[in-house]
Amino acid sequence: MSTNPTAVSAVHSKPNLLLGMLEWFGEFGIFVWQVLCAAIKPPFEFKEFVRQLDEVGSRSLPLVMLAGAATGTVLALETRQSLVQFGAKSLLPTTIVYSVITEMGPIITALVVSGRVGAGIGAELAAMKVTEQIDAIATSAVDPRRLLASTRIAACIIAMPLLTLAASFSGVFMGWVASTLMEPITLVRFINQGFQGAGFKDFLPSTFKTCVFGLIIGCVASFQGMRARGGAQGVGSSATTSVVLSSLFVILADVVLVKIILLIWS
Amino acid sequence: MRQIERLVMHAMENEAQFKEVSGENSAPAIIVSNLVKSFGPQRVLDGISFEVRRGETLAILGRSGTGKSVTLRILVGLEPPDEGNASVLGVDMNGASAREIDDARKQMGFLFQHAALYDSLTVAENVAFPLVHHRRDLNAQQRTDRVHELLAEVGLEGHGKKMPSDISGGMQKRVGLARALALDPVVLLLDEPTAGLDPISSAEIDQLVMKLQKEYNLASIVVTHDMVSARTIATRIALMDEGKIVIEGSYEELQQSKERIVMEFLQRDLEQV
Ligand SMILES: Nc1ncnc2c1ncn2[C@@H]1O[C@H](COP(=O)(O)OP(=O)(O)OP(=O)(O)O)[C@@H](O)[C@H]1O
Ligand SMILES: [Mg+2]
Repeated sequence: MSTNPTAVSAVHSKPNLLLGMLEWFGEFGIFVWQVLCAAIKPPFEFKEFVRQLDEVGSRSLPLVMLAGAATGTVLALETRQSLVQFGAKSLLPTTIVYSVITEMGPIITALVVSGRVGAGIGAELAAMKVTEQIDAIATSAVDPRRLLASTRIAACIIAMPLLTLAASFSGVFMGWVASTLMEPITLVRFINQGFQGAGFKDFLPSTFKTCVFGLIIGCVASFQGMRARGGAQGVGSSATTSVVLSSLFVILADVVLVKIILLIWS
Repeated sequence: MRQIERLVMHAMENEAQFKEVSGENSAPAIIVSNLVKSFGPQRVLDGISFEVRRGETLAILGRSGTGKSVTLRILVGLEPPDEGNASVLGVDMNGASAREIDDARKQMGFLFQHAALYDSLTVAENVAFPLVHHRRDLNAQQRTDRVHELLAEVGLEGHGKKMPSDISGGMQKRVGLARALALDPVVLLLDEPTAGLDPISSAEIDQLVMKLQKEYNLASIVVTHDMVSARTIATRIALMDEGKIVIEGSYEELQQSKERIVMEFLQRDLEQV
């Protein structure tokens, strides 16, 4: 045969990939809409929500704080170098506080959470799906989207800003520790200098941004989990794809949101 | 003259009412008409039709992979059919609104072939799940009592605190049955309730199903591979093969059949006995 089978399948797979993507977005949109509709109708699954808040929030806290601390330290060490070169060493506290609170804190937290929580939700729901537990919930006349998805998504939305706060706090603190080791400066002074000329409202948009990240992580992970097929492999691939897709969408959303925030706030 | 007419009318009304309650004469609780379902190129169901009234038990038999579980899944609205209708208690399980379907589901008990217990909940919490969500009138104590009662009914008292992964397959099946019975259903759909159970437990489950049947005048469908069990509990037996119902009738009617597959099923049954 003269036709190369791989070439043929490549030609075929391009529209398939595009079609698959469109299909995914379509289904995802419908899923999010249905979850939203289900979530606003009482009765609310308060117990499940609290359980998820603990799972998403409290249990991610140590990891998120560690990531924030590492970021703050590295930032202090790196920026100091360049600031010294330009003779703008006194700007170090401001640089650290600003970068940690407006950008590094939110994005690092979102990536850590999409790894930890995205995989957790994706795998848990996928395992429930392939063992027919989600079907069993539905046959008990309970909407699985309300019981499982909406509670997890709400937990992500609420937990993200709080976790970000913790990450930013430990980032700024470790930024100070790193700075003061190189050139002693008291914490009070560091903070005073860092927040100079900045008001509460400067930090508001970046906090709200994290709610959007939480929404993305919760929705993507729940969706990927609840559409799992097959056995152990299906569960594995659901966990993987929910981490990959939620991290990707978080980063993309960050670009868009930063642009919007700059447009509106300045 | 008028007087007599009125009396006769009254008597007729009464009788009609009685029939309504006892399930005779009223519309069938389960109506399945001409179901067709394919997965990819594989045509799993190829025109399935049957009806089940209250007070009746239909046993569905058939070789592995002929679409028995798929039929039940369509009946409970988990799978849409390609063609045909499945209606339960007057609700089209594929076309009706989500609320109507949920209302019908509250009156249905469904036992999955592999039990499908919630593995993050204990046995007792599994059985309590429908009660927690739909019987908000019960307080915690009443709910616990009801769960005890249900577990006792399937012979599992004292196992309530275990996790589903820590009990045997047959026990999981019985927990699934207890969960299906939690809301006092009027329609019972059981996918191989006695598979994986020893003969004694199987007989107990059969007895339980028959008892419920009598007490609550249920409409039930039991998928089974066990002809003995089918004979005991069913008012009618349907034999499925290659996506069609080959024969439907009483055990005696099946015995009259000259169809090969029917004879083979009965043959095996005789060998067992
Ligand atoms: N979700 C699905 N996707 C693809 N094929 C399916 C799906 N569900 C069922 N099938 C196919 O439908 C056929 C019937 O399956 P079903 O589970 O109804 O069989 P069954 O009669 O219950 O068999 P058993 O007695 O072994 O339980 C099988 O061949 C199966 O491969
Ligand atoms: Mg089956």
